[in-house]
Amino acid sequence: MPAPIRLRELIRTIRTARTQAEEREMIQKECAAIRSSFREEDNTYRCRNVAKLLYMHMLGYPAHFGQLECLKLIASQKFTDKRIGYLGAMLLLDERQDVHLLMTNCIKNDLNHSTQYVQGLALCTLGCMGSSEMCRDLAGEVEKLLKTSNSYLRKKAALCAVHVIRKVPELMEMFLPATKNLLSEKNHGVLHTSVVLLTEMCERSPDMLLHFRKLVPQLVRILKNLIMSGYSPEHDVSGISDPFLQVRILRLLRILGRSDDDSSEAMNDILAQVATNTETSKNVGNAILYETVLTIMDIKSESGLRVLAINILGRFLLNNDKNIRYVALTSLLKTVQTDHNAVQRHRSTIVDCLKDLDVSIKRRAMELSFALVNGNNIRGMMKELLYFLDSCDPEFKADCASGVFLAAEKYAPSKRWHIDTIMRVLTTAGSYVRDDSVPNLIQLITNSVEMHAYTVQRLYKALLDDISQQPLVQVSSWCIGEYGDLLVSGQCEEEEPIQVTEDEVLDVLEGLLVSNLSTPVTRGYSLTAIMKLSTRFSSVNRIKKVVSIYGSSIDVELQQRAVEYNALFKKYDHMRPALLERMPIMEKTASNGPTEIMQTNGETEPSVPDTKHLPLVTQPANQANDLLDLLGGNDVMPVIQTTLPTKPASAGGELLDLLGDLSLTGGPTVVPAPAPSVPVSQPPFLLDGLSSQPLFNDTSAAIPPMTAYSKNGLKIEFTFERANPNPNIAVITIHATNTTEADMTEFVFQAAVPKTFQLQLLSPSSNIVPALNQGSVTQVIRVLNPQKQQLRMRVKLTYTHKGSPVQDLAEVNNFPPQSWQ
Amino acid sequence: MQFMLLFSRQGKLRLQKWYVPLSDKEKKKITRELVQTVLARKPKMCSFLEWRDLKVVYKRYASLYFCCAIENQDNELITLEIIHRYVELLDKYFGSVCELDIIFNFEKAYFILDEFLLGGEAQDTSKKNVLKAIEQADLLQECRREPPLTVCFLSAQLTTEKPL
Repeated sequence: MPAPIRLRELIRTIRTARTQAEEREMIQKECAAIRSSFREEDNTYRCRNVAKLLYMHMLGYPAHFGQLECLKLIASQKFTDKRIGYLGAMLLLDERQDVHLLMTNCIKNDLNHSTQYVQGLALCTLGCMGSSEMCRDLAGEVEKLLKTSNSYLRKKAALCAVHVIRKVPELMEMFLPATKNLLSEKNHGVLHTSVVLLTEMCERSPDMLLHFRKLVPQLVRILKNLIMSGYSPEHDVSGISDPFLQVRILRLLRILGRSDDDSSEAMNDILAQVATNTETSKNVGNAILYETVLTIMDIKSESGLRVLAINILGRFLLNNDKNIRYVALTSLLKTVQTDHNAVQRHRSTIVDCLKDLDVSIKRRAMELSFALVNGNNIRGMMKELLYFLDSCDPEFKADCASGVFLAAEKYAPSKRWHIDTIMRVLTTAGSYVRDDSVPNLIQLITNSVEMHAYTVQRLYKALLDDISQQPLVQVSSWCIGEYGDLLVSGQCEEEEPIQVTEDEVLDVLEGLLVSNLSTPVTRGYSLTAIMKLSTRFSSVNRIKKVVSIYGSSIDVELQQRAVEYNALFKKYDHMRPALLERMPIMEKTASNGPTEIMQTNGETEPSVPDTKHLPLVTQPANQANDLLDLLGGNDVMPVIQTTLPTKPASAGGELLDLLGDLSLTGGPTVVPAPAPSVPVSQPPFLLDGLSSQPLFNDTSAAIPPMTAYSKNGLKIEFTFERANPNPNIAVITIHATNTTEADMTEFVFQAAVPKTFQLQLLSPSSNIVPALNQGSVTQVIRVLNPQKQQLRMRVKLTYTHKGSPVQDLAEVNNFPPQSWQ
Repeated sequence: MQFMLLFSRQGKLRLQKWYVPLSDKEKKKITRELVQTVLARKPKMCSFLEWRDLKVVYKRYASLYFCCAIENQDNELITLEIIHRYVELLDKYFGSVCELDIIFNFEKAYFILDEFLLGGEAQDTSKKNVLKAIEQADLLQECRREPPLTVCFLSAQLTTEKPL
């Protein structure tokens, strides 16, 4: 058989292929030749064939049939074979295939080879892709090599040890004796890799950290020598002596000095020295300065040093090199909480970075700008940020808008300014605003009583201009519904009142109902707004007509509303004025606004649960009723005795057994105390104890969260709060997360409770649970429990996962006692 | 470092070094996505980008992109220096390296990389030492290949080593 073609020739040939198909043909031909050559156990050309295979693998073609051949090459005595064999192993094998374990023996032999380059190959391969089993088997050999006097091998062994420790952390102890003299090495390679090894050990184990703290003086000395020593051609990079080692030492010092006063004190001088003496003209110098700043900010440094560090970052911000600016913004973001004032000094530079061309820099600058907003600079900052909002890419708009709202809420100098700012955001970035801002804004508007006329006027004008941005339209229609009378009467003080008639207002609202641009939610808003105007306007007949038309709408939501409003006109007309009167001021009890505002499908209603409103409460309650039927109408809850105490009974039982053990063996035993159930003795006593004290909202720490459901990658956690005015209401927030690789879309959470309870589900934050725990869906449940019975819940989950619908029913029984007592 | 990729301006992979265990399929997916992302960057943009939960540092040398994925606690600026050092090593070894050198001698590019980095970290900070080690290893490969002419008659039977 003719000798197989040489590697370079194959490469040349393949590169002449003009089409993908031609290339594939050549590759297939060659693969066939290689395969038959492998079958013939050809020792001479195996190396060449595997090399060719590796090339084809890089082009994207399958090469798994060469895996065993790599192992044969590794076992060969020829250096060329070993070199290619190990390369092949690193490229083609990985720890998921059992085949790789066959390498272990070869590597073991090669680790003890007489030629250091062979030992080097083995160390490299083990340190690059060794699995935990391999690492366990070969750790001893690596440790031996770590103590050798051959610096070539010692440096490789150190990095290989790092890999071993990452894979099998328990083996860390084994390398401890070998680390004793690592830092006294003169060889920079060994020094560098030793510092890496020490860093890894300190990061993983607090004991090691304590042990190695005594090395701080030695590290400081090494660093000092590097800076002070003259030019050393071997390690010089643009006039700086071994920057790689300097950076590594600084990083290790950071870990050692963190939260330790003495060590931090010992490194103060050298940090100051590095910070002031390093050349900043090239990237190398800046790399060292960057690491120094990170270290200064992380250890317990004195304030002068910290100011020095922030100033370095400030200088970075003015650097022409965008990489440096990026790095500065990232670091400033980390330090803005702790050294706020120092960072404030650089505010104007940071705001300038908003105009940078680079996306990452813009994002960092935006985050930093929001962090720097305070009562003093709010007007100026907001001007810049709103300008940024106008001109930025869509990917930023949602975050920027949310940031503006938050900042405005915290620092607004006046109510009018606040409302103007919100208007500005809604009109410029209205479609990017998050869904939960609509109720937030509505609440804000409601609470700014003196601004009602001004607000509704401005919103009306905005509606006339543009009805495409849904959040704006929703807020506007709500306001018009509430304050339409102020609009028509022209009472505005803040600006020139406009003249508008009732019919014009109704025209606009009806326009929203029919427009293609309006979403169903928006339509719901408009219809309700029209209805509310029936008590504020005089043209009631027109409103009656509109409402009756929509009684036969295809949209179920609209239809239901229209039918109910119709009923209001006909049978309950005496109740109409009271029902549709002006909203009271809503109280915000928690800083996360929407949880306290009751919503049903995005519409706001008064916060006090009112039996009069039951007919108006839409879908979720009805669904809850359906589920109650599913429960089988079984509302007989044997109050507490039978269900809950089973746990503490067994826990008590275990305690007894353990105590028994204690008396026998006298050894220490750990008693696991299941937190919520252990304190339960007799329920009536607990009730007596708790019912006298109202539980406050922020004792969520007192009521532990629980996992209500965990199946198929979907996990739902419940966290608890108590509603302030009424201790019988438990506010549960569900957090749904998804560990699978695919999103769960159209996610709907429904819950049913026994008949003695009342349940209310507020709108979910979204109906997509993102994959891989990248986010969560939250939803608030309010449970009214006047009889203080044990809370039980049946939940129904529906979602679409990887294209197919999933439905599941589950019972949730493990509520902590504090949530219903 | 988690991995390093070298690719051309057309997106063809020239070298891939992985320091974390991933399946072939995952590697291909990551490569494809990252190459696309980096190639879409405009020349004025900075060399760093956030990608998934990693930081990516990339730099273009002539027609080749050198791209490294580092962890959150790693220093981006020094990674640029690492990339630069690798390019210098290649340059010294091949003598004014160009993309073709790396295409036709990819295995040597790997050998040099493996002599410079191990497990994602630099083994030796001296250019001289790394190049010397490569040189010696190459000699080890060579010396058994073509024996000197004077003794070829005697050792012709012994030699079975063929060049790649």
